[in-house]
Amino acid sequence: MKNVTITINGAEQQAQVEPRLLLVHYLREVAGLTGTHIGCETSLCGACTVLMDGRAVKSCTVLAVQADGHKIGTVEGLANGGQLHAIQEGFWEEHGLQCGFCTPGMLMCSHDLLAQHPSPTDSEIREAINGNLCRCTGYEHIVNAVKSAARKMTKRVSARAA
Amino acid sequence: MIPVNFDYESPSTLAEALKLLASREDAKVLAGGHSLLPAMKLRLAQPALLVDIGRIAGLSYIRESNDQILVGAMTTHADIASSKLLQRSSPLLSQAATQIGDTQVRNRGTIGGSLAQAHPGADYPAAVLALDAQIIAAGPSGERVIAATAFFVGMFTTALRPDEIITEVRVPKTENESVVYKKHHHPASGYAVVGVAVRLKVSGGKIESAALGLSGVSQNAYRATAVEKALRGKPVAAIREAAAHAAENIEALGDYYASAEYRKHLATVMTRRALEQAASGAAK
Ligand SMILES: Cc1cc2nc3c(=O)[nH]c(=O)nc-3n(C[C@H](O)[C@H](O)[C@H](O)COP(=O)(O)OP(=O)(O)OC[C@H]3O[C@@H](n4cnc5c(N)ncnc54)[C@H](O)[C@@H]3O)c2cc1C
Ligand code: FES
Ligand code: FES
Repeated sequence: MKNVTITINGAEQQAQVEPRLLLVHYLREVAGLTGTHIGCETSLCGACTVLMDGRAVKSCTVLAVQADGHKIGTVEGLANGGQLHAIQEGFWEEHGLQCGFCTPGMLMCSHDLLAQHPSPTDSEIREAINGNLCRCTGYEHIVNAVKSAARKMTKRVSARAA
Repeated sequence: MIPVNFDYESPSTLAEALKLLASREDAKVLAGGHSLLPAMKLRLAQPALLVDIGRIAGLSYIRESNDQILVGAMTTHADIASSKLLQRSSPLLSQAATQIGDTQVRNRGTIGGSLAQAHPGADYPAAVLALDAQIIAAGPSGERVIAATAFFVGMFTTALRPDEIITEVRVPKTENESVVYKKHHHPASGYAVVGVAVRLKVSGGKIESAALGLSGVSQNAYRATAVEKALRGKPVAAIREAAAHAAENIEALGDYYASAEYRKHLATVMTRRALEQAASGAAK
Protein backbone atom coordinates (compact mmCIF):
# COMPACT_ATOMS: atom_id res chain seq x y z
CA MET A 1 0.00 0.00 0.00
CA LYS A 2 1.09 3.56 -0.70
CA ASN A 3 0.14 6.81 0.96
CA VAL A 4 -1.25 9.43 -1.36
CA THR A 5 -2.26 13.04 -0.82
CA ILE A 6 -4.49 14.31 -3.58
CA THR A 7 -6.23 17.67 -3.74
CA ILE A 8 -9.70 17.12 -5.14
CA ASN A 9 -11.74 20.21 -6.04
CA GLY A 10 -9.57 22.24 -3.69
CA ALA A 11 -9.74 19.91 -0.67
CA GLU A 12 -6.67 17.90 0.26
CA GLN A 13 -7.35 14.21 1.00
CA GLN A 14 -5.07 11.47 2.22
CA ALA A 15 -5.52 7.75 1.70
CA GLN A 16 -3.70 4.44 1.55
CA VAL A 17 -4.08 2.79 -1.82
CA GLU A 18 -2.88 -0.22 -3.78
CA PRO A 19 -0.54 0.94 -6.57
CA ARG A 20 -2.85 -0.64 -9.13
CA LEU A 21 -5.87 1.45 -8.06
CA LEU A 22 -6.99 3.59 -10.99
CA LEU A 23 -7.68 7.26 -10.34
CA VAL A 24 -11.28 6.84 -11.49
CA HIS A 25 -11.85 4.13 -8.89
CA TYR A 26 -10.15 6.29 -6.29
CA LEU A 27 -12.49 9.18 -7.07
CA ARG A 28 -15.65 7.08 -7.08
CA GLU A 29 -14.95 4.55 -4.36
CA VAL A 30 -12.48 6.17 -1.98
CA ALA A 31 -13.43 9.85 -2.33
CA GLY A 32 -17.11 9.04 -2.91
CA LEU A 33 -17.38 11.31 -5.95
CA THR A 34 -19.49 9.39 -8.44
CA GLY A 35 -19.95 12.27 -10.89
CA THR A 36 -16.97 10.97 -12.85
CA HIS A 37 -18.28 8.09 -14.97
CA ILE A 38 -16.72 4.87 -16.13
CA GLY A 39 -17.59 4.02 -19.71
CA CYS A 40 -15.12 1.80 -21.51
CA GLU A 41 -12.26 1.51 -19.02
CA THR A 42 -10.04 1.15 -22.08
CA SER A 43 -8.95 4.78 -22.59
CA LEU A 44 -11.28 5.30 -25.53
CA CYS A 45 -14.56 6.96 -24.50
CA GLY A 46 -13.56 9.94 -22.35
CA ALA A 47 -16.45 9.48 -19.86
CA CYS A 48 -13.90 9.38 -17.03
CA THR A 49 -12.22 12.68 -17.99
CA VAL A 50 -11.12 14.85 -15.06
CA LEU A 51 -8.67 17.73 -14.75
CA MET A 52 -5.19 16.98 -13.48
CA ASP A 53 -3.41 20.26 -12.72
CA GLY A 54 -5.93 21.89 -15.05
CA ARG A 55 -5.45 19.57 -18.02
CA ALA A 56 -8.00 16.99 -19.19
CA VAL A 57 -6.95 13.39 -18.55
CA LYS A 58 -8.73 10.04 -18.71
CA SER A 59 -8.84 8.97 -15.07
CA CYS A 60 -9.16 5.30 -16.07
CA THR A 61 -5.65 5.59 -17.51
CA VAL A 62 -3.95 7.26 -14.56
CA LEU A 63 -3.01 5.44 -11.37
CA ALA A 64 -4.07 7.04 -8.10
CA VAL A 65 -0.39 6.91 -7.06
CA GLN A 66 0.50 8.99 -10.14
CA ALA A 67 -1.93 11.66 -8.91
CA ASP A 68 -0.18 11.87 -5.54
CA GLY A 69 0.61 15.52 -4.85
CA HIS A 70 -1.45 16.73 -7.80
CA LYS A 71 -4.67 18.74 -8.11
CA ILE A 72 -7.69 16.93 -9.50
CA GLY A 73 -10.83 18.67 -10.69
CA THR A 74 -14.08 16.75 -11.14
CA VAL A 75 -17.57 17.72 -12.23
CA GLU A 76 -18.57 18.11 -8.57
CA GLY A 77 -16.18 21.04 -8.33
CA LEU A 78 -17.59 23.04 -11.25
CA ALA A 79 -20.60 24.73 -9.67
CA ASN A 80 -20.02 27.42 -7.08
CA GLY A 81 -22.63 26.78 -4.39
CA GLY A 82 -25.95 26.94 -6.22
CA GLN A 83 -24.45 28.80 -9.19
CA LEU A 84 -23.73 26.53 -12.16
CA HIS A 85 -20.45 27.00 -14.02
CA ALA A 86 -20.80 28.73 -17.40
CA ILE A 87 -19.96 25.44 -19.12
CA GLN A 88 -22.79 23.67 -17.25
CA GLU A 89 -25.17 26.51 -18.12
CA GLY A 90 -24.16 26.20 -21.76
CA PHE A 91 -24.94 22.46 -21.79
CA TRP A 92 -28.26 23.12 -20.02
CA GLU A 93 -29.39 25.91 -22.31
CA GLU A 94 -28.18 24.43 -25.59
CA HIS A 95 -29.40 20.88 -24.85
CA GLY A 96 -25.84 19.56 -24.81
CA LEU A 97 -26.99 16.29 -23.26
CA GLN A 98 -29.63 13.62 -23.51
CA CYS A 99 -28.87 10.63 -21.27
CA GLY A 100 -26.05 12.56 -19.62
CA PHE A 101 -23.60 9.69 -19.39
CA CYS A 102 -20.87 11.41 -21.37
CA THR A 103 -21.59 14.84 -19.89
CA PRO A 104 -19.16 15.04 -16.94
CA GLY A 105 -16.31 14.06 -19.27
CA MET A 106 -17.47 16.52 -21.92
CA LEU A 107 -17.63 19.32 -19.33
CA MET A 108 -14.15 18.66 -18.00
CA CYS A 109 -12.63 18.35 -21.46
CA SER A 110 -14.32 21.61 -22.51
CA HIS A 111 -12.93 23.23 -19.36
CA ASP A 112 -9.38 22.40 -20.50
CA LEU A 113 -10.13 23.74 -23.99
CA LEU A 114 -11.66 27.02 -22.82
CA ALA A 115 -8.83 27.66 -20.38
CA GLN A 116 -6.42 27.60 -23.32
CA HIS A 117 -8.62 28.92 -26.12
CA PRO A 118 -11.28 31.31 -24.77
CA SER A 119 -12.99 31.63 -28.18
CA PRO A 120 -12.57 28.36 -30.04
CA THR A 121 -13.91 27.77 -33.55
CA ASP A 122 -16.33 24.91 -34.25
CA SER A 123 -13.55 22.78 -35.64
CA GLU A 124 -11.30 23.52 -32.65
CA ILE A 125 -14.12 22.37 -30.35
CA ARG A 126 -14.67 19.19 -32.35
CA GLU A 127 -10.94 18.48 -32.38
CA ALA A 128 -10.70 19.08 -28.61
CA ILE A 129 -13.53 16.67 -27.71
CA ASN A 130 -12.40 14.05 -30.22
CA GLY A 131 -11.60 11.69 -27.34
CA ASN A 132 -15.08 11.98 -25.78
CA LEU A 133 -17.76 9.78 -27.26
CA CYS A 134 -21.45 10.64 -27.10
CA ARG A 135 -23.98 8.08 -28.18
CA CYS A 136 -27.02 10.40 -27.99
CA THR A 137 -26.63 13.95 -29.20
CA GLY A 138 -24.80 13.68 -32.50
CA TYR A 139 -22.39 16.29 -31.05
CA GLU A 140 -24.08 19.28 -32.72
CA HIS A 141 -25.66 20.54 -29.49
CA ILE A 142 -22.47 19.85 -27.56
CA VAL A 143 -20.52 22.11 -29.91
CA ASN A 144 -23.21 24.78 -29.49
CA ALA A 145 -23.05 24.36 -25.72
CA VAL A 146 -19.28 24.87 -25.64
CA LYS A 147 -19.58 27.94 -27.88
CA SER A 148 -22.28 29.36 -25.62
CA ALA A 149 -20.08 28.72 -22.58
CA ALA A 150 -17.17 30.46 -24.30
CA ARG A 151 -19.31 33.56 -24.92
CA LYS A 152 -20.53 33.62 -21.32
CA MET A 153 -17.03 33.21 -19.93
CA THR A 154 -15.55 35.98 -22.08
CA LYS A 155 -18.42 38.27 -21.14
CA ARG A 156 -17.91 37.56 -17.43
CA VAL A 157 -14.18 38.18 -17.72
CA SER A 158 -14.72 41.51 -19.48
CA ALA A 159 -17.47 42.48 -17.00
CA ARG A 160 -15.06 41.77 -14.16
CA ALA A 161 -12.34 43.80 -15.86
CA ALA A 162 -14.67 46.80 -16.35
CA MET B 1 -10.30 -3.80 -15.88
CA ILE B 2 -7.79 -3.94 -13.10
CA PRO B 3 -4.10 -4.71 -13.56
CA VAL B 4 -2.39 -7.51 -11.68
CA ASN B 5 -0.81 -6.16 -8.49
CA PHE B 6 2.65 -4.71 -8.75
CA ASP B 7 5.17 -2.79 -6.70
CA TYR B 8 5.51 0.90 -7.40
CA GLU B 9 8.44 3.25 -6.90
CA SER B 10 8.65 6.88 -7.87
CA PRO B 11 12.30 7.89 -7.56
CA SER B 12 13.30 11.53 -7.70
CA THR B 13 16.59 11.04 -9.54
CA LEU B 14 17.60 9.27 -12.72
CA ALA B 15 20.36 7.40 -10.88
CA GLU B 16 17.83 5.92 -8.45
CA ALA B 17 15.51 5.02 -11.30
CA LEU B 18 18.29 3.17 -13.14
CA LYS B 19 19.19 1.29 -9.98
CA LEU B 20 15.57 0.26 -9.40
CA LEU B 21 15.17 -0.80 -13.02
CA ALA B 22 18.24 -3.01 -12.79
CA SER B 23 17.15 -4.46 -9.44
CA ARG B 24 14.43 -6.72 -10.84
CA GLU B 25 14.19 -8.55 -14.11
CA ASP B 26 10.51 -7.76 -14.56
CA ALA B 27 10.74 -4.08 -13.68
CA LYS B 28 9.36 -1.56 -16.17
CA VAL B 29 9.55 2.18 -16.62
CA LEU B 30 6.25 4.07 -16.28
CA ALA B 31 6.12 7.38 -18.14
CA GLY B 32 2.72 8.75 -19.23
CA GLY B 33 1.20 5.28 -18.93
CA HIS B 34 -0.88 5.62 -22.08
CA SER B 35 0.48 2.49 -23.69
CA LEU B 36 1.60 0.60 -20.60
CA LEU B 37 -1.51 0.96 -18.40
CA PRO B 38 -3.93 -0.16 -21.15
CA ALA B 39 -1.69 -3.19 -21.75
CA MET B 40 -1.56 -3.93 -18.01
CA LYS B 41 -5.34 -3.66 -17.71
CA LEU B 42 -5.68 -6.24 -20.46
CA ARG B 43 -2.98 -8.21 -18.63
CA LEU B 44 -0.90 -8.27 -21.78
CA ALA B 45 1.82 -6.77 -19.59
CA GLN B 46 2.36 -7.85 -15.99
CA PRO B 47 5.45 -6.08 -14.67
CA ALA B 48 6.24 -6.83 -11.02
CA LEU B 49 7.71 -3.37 -10.42
CA LEU B 50 6.82 -0.05 -12.01
CA VAL B 51 9.49 2.62 -11.86
CA ASP B 52 7.58 5.86 -12.34
CA ILE B 53 9.93 8.40 -13.92
CA GLY B 54 7.29 11.13 -13.72
CA ARG B 55 8.73 12.56 -10.52
CA ILE B 56 12.29 12.98 -11.73
CA ALA B 57 12.90 16.69 -12.11
CA GLY B 58 14.31 17.97 -15.36
CA LEU B 59 13.10 15.36 -17.86
CA SER B 60 10.47 17.58 -19.45
CA TYR B 61 11.83 20.45 -21.55
CA ILE B 62 12.26 21.74 -25.09
CA ARG B 63 15.35 23.85 -25.62
CA GLU B 64 17.83 25.02 -28.22
CA SER B 65 21.44 23.97 -28.40
CA ASN B 66 23.40 25.23 -31.42
CA ASP B 67 21.81 23.66 -34.48
CA GLN B 68 19.66 21.19 -32.54
CA ILE B 69 16.50 21.22 -30.46
CA LEU B 70 16.66 19.04 -27.36
CA VAL B 71 13.45 17.45 -26.13
CA GLY B 72 13.30 15.80 -22.70
CA ALA B 73 11.92 12.25 -22.67
CA MET B 74 9.03 13.14 -20.34
CA THR B 75 7.82 16.01 -22.53
CA THR B 76 4.16 15.41 -23.34
CA HIS B 77 2.70 15.27 -26.82
CA ALA B 78 0.66 18.38 -25.89
CA ASP B 79 3.80 20.37 -25.02
CA ILE B 80 5.51 19.25 -28.23
CA ALA B 81 2.44 20.14 -30.29
CA SER B 82 2.23 23.64 -28.83
CA SER B 83 5.95 24.47 -28.57
CA LYS B 84 6.69 27.77 -30.30
CA LEU B 85 10.37 26.83 -30.49
CA LEU B 86 9.65 23.58 -32.32
CA GLN B 87 7.01 25.18 -34.53
CA ARG B 88 9.57 27.78 -35.58
CA SER B 89 12.75 25.73 -35.81
CA SER B 90 11.81 22.08 -36.27
CA PRO B 91 8.06 21.81 -36.88
CA LEU B 92 7.91 18.17 -38.01
CA LEU B 93 7.81 16.89 -34.43
CA SER B 94 5.00 19.32 -33.54
CA GLN B 95 3.04 18.31 -36.62
CA ALA B 96 3.27 14.65 -35.63
CA ALA B 97 2.36 15.37 -31.98
CA THR B 98 -0.76 17.32 -32.97
CA GLN B 99 -2.08 14.23 -34.75
CA ILE B 100 -1.59 11.76 -31.89
CA GLY B 101 -4.72 10.31 -30.29
CA ASP B 102 -6.88 12.96 -28.61
CA THR B 103 -6.57 15.85 -26.14
CA GLN B 104 -6.39 13.60 -23.08
CA VAL B 105 -3.83 11.22 -24.62
CA ARG B 106 -1.66 14.18 -25.65
CA ASN B 107 -1.86 15.62 -22.12
CA ARG B 108 -0.36 12.46 -20.58
CA GLY B 109 1.63 10.61 -23.24
CA THR B 110 5.34 11.37 -23.61
CA ILE B 111 7.80 11.27 -26.48
CA GLY B 112 10.14 8.92 -24.59
CA GLY B 113 7.29 6.52 -23.92
CA SER B 114 6.09 6.58 -27.49
CA LEU B 115 9.55 5.85 -28.90
CA ALA B 116 10.21 3.08 -26.37
CA GLN B 117 6.81 1.54 -27.10
CA ALA B 118 7.51 1.50 -30.87
CA HIS B 119 3.90 0.80 -31.82
CA PRO B 120 3.89 0.14 -35.58
CA GLY B 121 1.24 2.85 -36.09
CA ALA B 122 2.78 5.47 -33.80
CA ASP B 123 3.45 8.91 -35.22
CA TYR B 124 6.82 10.06 -33.81
CA PRO B 125 8.83 7.17 -35.27
CA ALA B 126 8.25 8.41 -38.83
CA ALA B 127 9.22 11.94 -37.79
CA VAL B 128 12.39 11.07 -35.88
CA LEU B 129 13.54 8.87 -38.78
CA ALA B 130 13.05 11.65 -41.34
CA LEU B 131 14.87 14.04 -39.00
CA ASP B 132 17.83 11.72 -38.39
CA ALA B 133 17.16 12.36 -34.72
CA GLN B 134 19.39 11.15 -31.91
CA ILE B 135 17.89 9.25 -29.00
CA ILE B 136 19.82 9.52 -25.75
CA ALA B 137 19.64 6.49 -23.47
CA ALA B 138 21.01 6.32 -19.94
CA GLY B 139 22.02 2.95 -18.54
CA PRO B 140 24.00 1.46 -15.67
CA SER B 141 27.26 2.13 -17.49
CA GLY B 142 26.48 5.66 -18.62
CA GLU B 143 24.86 7.38 -21.53
CA ARG B 144 24.80 6.46 -25.21
CA VAL B 145 23.45 8.06 -28.35
CA ILE B 146 21.29 5.90 -30.57
CA ALA B 147 20.59 7.09 -34.11
CA ALA B 148 16.87 7.02 -34.87
CA THR B 149 17.73 5.03 -38.00
CA ALA B 150 19.14 2.26 -35.77
CA PHE B 151 16.43 2.46 -33.10
CA PHE B 152 13.34 0.70 -34.48
CA VAL B 153 14.07 -2.97 -35.01
CA GLY B 154 10.65 -4.64 -35.03
CA MET B 155 7.09 -4.51 -33.80
CA PHE B 156 7.20 -3.03 -30.27
CA THR B 157 10.94 -3.66 -30.40
CA THR B 158 13.76 -1.15 -30.23
CA ALA B 159 17.52 -1.01 -29.77
CA LEU B 160 16.93 0.02 -26.13
CA ARG B 161 18.15 -2.42 -23.48
CA PRO B 162 15.77 -3.36 -20.65
CA ASP B 163 17.93 -1.51 -18.10
CA GLU B 164 18.10 1.72 -20.11
CA ILE B 165 15.98 4.86 -19.87
CA ILE B 166 15.54 7.34 -22.69
CA THR B 167 16.37 10.78 -21.36
CA GLU B 168 16.35 13.01 -24.43
CA VAL B 169 15.59 13.25 -28.12
CA ARG B 170 17.70 15.57 -30.28
CA VAL B 171 16.36 16.86 -33.55
CA PRO B 172 18.05 19.19 -36.04
CA LYS B 173 16.72 22.62 -36.85
CA THR B 174 15.06 22.49 -40.24
CA GLU B 175 14.57 26.20 -40.90
CA ASN B 176 15.86 25.98 -44.47
CA GLU B 177 13.86 22.89 -45.33
CA SER B 178 10.24 22.08 -45.85
CA VAL B 179 8.73 19.46 -43.54
CA VAL B 180 5.35 17.74 -43.63
CA TYR B 181 3.72 14.97 -41.59
CA LYS B 182 0.70 13.40 -43.22
CA LYS B 183 -1.39 10.73 -41.57
CA HIS B 184 -4.23 8.46 -42.51
CA HIS B 185 -5.91 7.78 -39.14
CA HIS B 186 -7.33 4.39 -38.30
CA PRO B 187 -11.01 5.26 -37.80
CA ALA B 188 -11.26 3.40 -34.48
CA SER B 189 -7.85 3.49 -32.81
CA GLY B 190 -6.62 6.82 -34.19
CA TYR B 191 -3.16 5.36 -34.85
CA ALA B 192 -1.62 5.74 -38.30
CA VAL B 193 -2.69 3.25 -40.95
CA VAL B 194 0.00 5.10 -42.84
CA GLY B 195 1.95 8.09 -41.58
CA VAL B 196 4.49 9.85 -43.79
CA ALA B 197 7.09 12.31 -42.53
CA VAL B 198 8.92 14.29 -45.18
CA ARG B 199 11.87 16.61 -44.98
CA LEU B 200 12.72 18.28 -48.27
CA LYS B 201 15.28 20.81 -49.43
CA VAL B 202 14.59 22.40 -52.78
CA SER B 203 16.77 24.97 -54.51
CA GLY B 204 16.30 26.42 -57.98
CA GLY B 205 13.48 23.98 -58.73
CA LYS B 206 15.75 21.01 -57.95
CA ILE B 207 15.51 18.69 -54.97
CA GLU B 208 18.75 19.02 -53.08
CA SER B 209 17.92 16.48 -50.40
CA ALA B 210 14.97 14.41 -49.23
CA ALA B 211 14.40 12.28 -46.15
CA LEU B 212 11.25 10.26 -45.56
CA GLY B 213 10.04 8.19 -42.60
CA LEU B 214 6.99 5.94 -42.85
CA SER B 215 4.87 4.60 -39.97
CA GLY B 216 1.99 2.17 -40.00
CA VAL B 217 2.91 0.26 -43.13
CA SER B 218 5.15 -2.33 -41.59
CA GLN B 219 6.24 -3.97 -38.31
CA ASN B 220 8.31 -0.90 -37.58
CA ALA B 221 8.76 2.55 -39.03
CA TYR B 222 11.36 2.80 -41.79
CA ARG B 223 13.22 5.25 -44.02
CA ALA B 224 12.00 5.19 -47.62
CA THR B 225 15.52 5.22 -49.06
CA ALA B 226 14.41 4.24 -52.57
CA VAL B 227 12.20 7.34 -52.72
CA GLU B 228 15.00 9.52 -51.38
CA LYS B 229 17.39 8.23 -54.03
CA ALA B 230 14.85 8.78 -56.80
CA LEU B 231 14.43 12.42 -55.72
CA ARG B 232 17.98 13.59 -55.10
CA GLY B 233 19.10 16.12 -57.70
CA LYS B 234 15.86 15.81 -59.66
CA PRO B 235 13.29 18.46 -60.51
CA VAL B 236 10.16 18.63 -58.37
CA ALA B 237 8.26 16.93 -61.19
CA ALA B 238 10.04 13.67 -60.27
CA ILE B 239 7.86 13.33 -57.16
CA ARG B 240 5.08 11.30 -58.74
CA GLU B 241 7.38 8.57 -59.97
CA ALA B 242 9.60 8.59 -56.90
CA ALA B 243 6.63 8.15 -54.55
CA ALA B 244 5.80 4.84 -56.19
CA HIS B 245 8.83 3.35 -54.39
CA ALA B 246 7.44 4.19 -50.92
CA ALA B 247 6.80 0.59 -49.85
CA GLU B 248 9.27 -1.15 -52.14
CA ASN B 249 10.65 -4.37 -50.65
CA ILE B 250 8.60 -3.77 -47.50
CA GLU B 251 6.62 -6.55 -45.93
CA ALA B 252 3.38 -4.74 -45.13
CA LEU B 253 0.99 -5.42 -42.25
CA GLY B 254 -2.55 -6.44 -43.08
CA ASP B 255 -5.66 -6.52 -40.93
CA TYR B 256 -9.44 -6.41 -41.31
CA TYR B 257 -9.33 -2.65 -41.87
CA ALA B 258 -6.44 -2.41 -44.30
CA SER B 259 -4.94 -5.33 -46.21
CA ALA B 260 -1.22 -5.41 -46.88
CA GLU B 261 -1.84 -4.56 -50.52
CA TYR B 262 -4.05 -1.60 -49.58
CA ARG B 263 -1.49 -0.32 -47.08
CA LYS B 264 1.29 -0.44 -49.66
CA HIS B 265 -0.84 1.45 -52.15
CA LEU B 266 -1.87 3.97 -49.52
CA ALA B 267 1.80 4.45 -48.66
CA THR B 268 2.59 5.53 -52.24
CA VAL B 269 -0.41 7.90 -52.40
CA MET B 270 0.30 9.47 -49.00
CA THR B 271 3.98 9.80 -49.85
CA ARG B 272 3.18 11.62 -53.09
CA ARG B 273 0.78 13.98 -51.30
CA ALA B 274 3.24 14.68 -48.50
CA LEU B 275 6.04 15.36 -50.98
CA GLU B 276 3.86 17.63 -53.12
CA GLN B 277 2.81 19.59 -50.07
CA ALA B 278 6.42 19.90 -48.92
CA ALA B 279 7.54 20.98 -52.40
CA SER B 280 4.86 23.65 -52.65
CA GLY B 281 5.85 24.90 -49.19
CA ALA B 282 9.49 24.99 -50.25
CA ALA B 283 8.76 26.93 -53.43
CA LYS B 284 7.35 29.87 -51.47
C1 LIG C 1 -6.73 6.13 -26.86
C2 LIG C 1 -5.31 6.21 -27.29
C3 LIG C 1 -4.99 6.65 -28.57
C4 LIG C 1 -3.68 6.73 -28.99
N1 LIG C 1 -3.41 7.17 -30.26
C5 LIG C 1 -2.12 7.29 -30.67
C6 LIG C 1 -1.81 7.79 -31.96
O1 LIG C 1 -2.70 8.15 -32.74
N2 LIG C 1 -0.51 7.89 -32.31
C7 LIG C 1 0.50 7.54 -31.46
O2 LIG C 1 1.67 7.65 -31.84
N3 LIG C 1 0.24 7.07 -30.23
C8 LIG C 1 -1.04 6.94 -29.81
N4 LIG C 1 -1.30 6.47 -28.55
C9 LIG C 1 -0.18 6.09 -27.66
C10 LIG C 1 0.31 7.26 -26.84
O3 LIG C 1 0.98 8.18 -27.68
C11 LIG C 1 1.24 6.85 -25.69
O4 LIG C 1 1.33 7.96 -24.87
C12 LIG C 1 2.64 6.45 -26.06
O5 LIG C 1 2.64 5.40 -26.98
C13 LIG C 1 3.40 5.96 -24.84
O6 LIG C 1 3.89 7.03 -24.10
P1 LIG C 1 3.70 7.06 -22.53
O7 LIG C 1 4.49 8.19 -22.03
O8 LIG C 1 2.27 7.04 -22.24
O9 LIG C 1 4.47 5.72 -22.14
P2 LIG C 1 4.10 4.46 -21.14
O10 LIG C 1 2.78 3.96 -21.48
O11 LIG C 1 4.32 4.95 -19.75
O12 LIG C 1 5.25 3.52 -21.55
C14 LIG C 1 5.24 2.82 -22.78
C15 LIG C 1 6.45 1.87 -22.84
O13 LIG C 1 7.66 2.57 -22.93
C16 LIG C 1 8.49 2.34 -21.81
N5 LIG C 1 9.05 3.65 -21.48
C17 LIG C 1 8.33 4.79 -21.25
N6 LIG C 1 9.17 5.84 -21.11
C18 LIG C 1 10.42 5.36 -21.26
C19 LIG C 1 11.71 5.97 -21.22
N7 LIG C 1 11.88 7.29 -21.04
N8 LIG C 1 12.79 5.18 -21.39
C20 LIG C 1 12.63 3.85 -21.61
N9 LIG C 1 11.45 3.23 -21.65
C21 LIG C 1 10.35 3.98 -21.48
C22 LIG C 1 7.61 1.74 -20.76
O14 LIG C 1 8.32 0.87 -19.91
C23 LIG C 1 6.59 0.99 -21.60
O15 LIG C 1 7.11 -0.24 -22.02
C24 LIG C 1 -2.62 6.37 -28.09
C25 LIG C 1 -2.92 5.93 -26.81
C26 LIG C 1 -4.25 5.85 -26.39
C27 LIG C 1 -4.55 5.39 -25.00
S1 FES D 1 -13.73 5.05 -19.04
FE1 FES D 1 -11.86 6.10 -19.28
S2 FES D 1 -11.81 6.50 -21.39
FE2 FES D 1 -13.63 5.31 -21.20
S1 FES E 1 -25.78 12.38 -23.80
FE1 FES E 1 -25.94 10.24 -23.83
S2 FES E 1 -23.92 9.65 -24.31
FE2 FES E 1 -23.84 11.75 -24.56
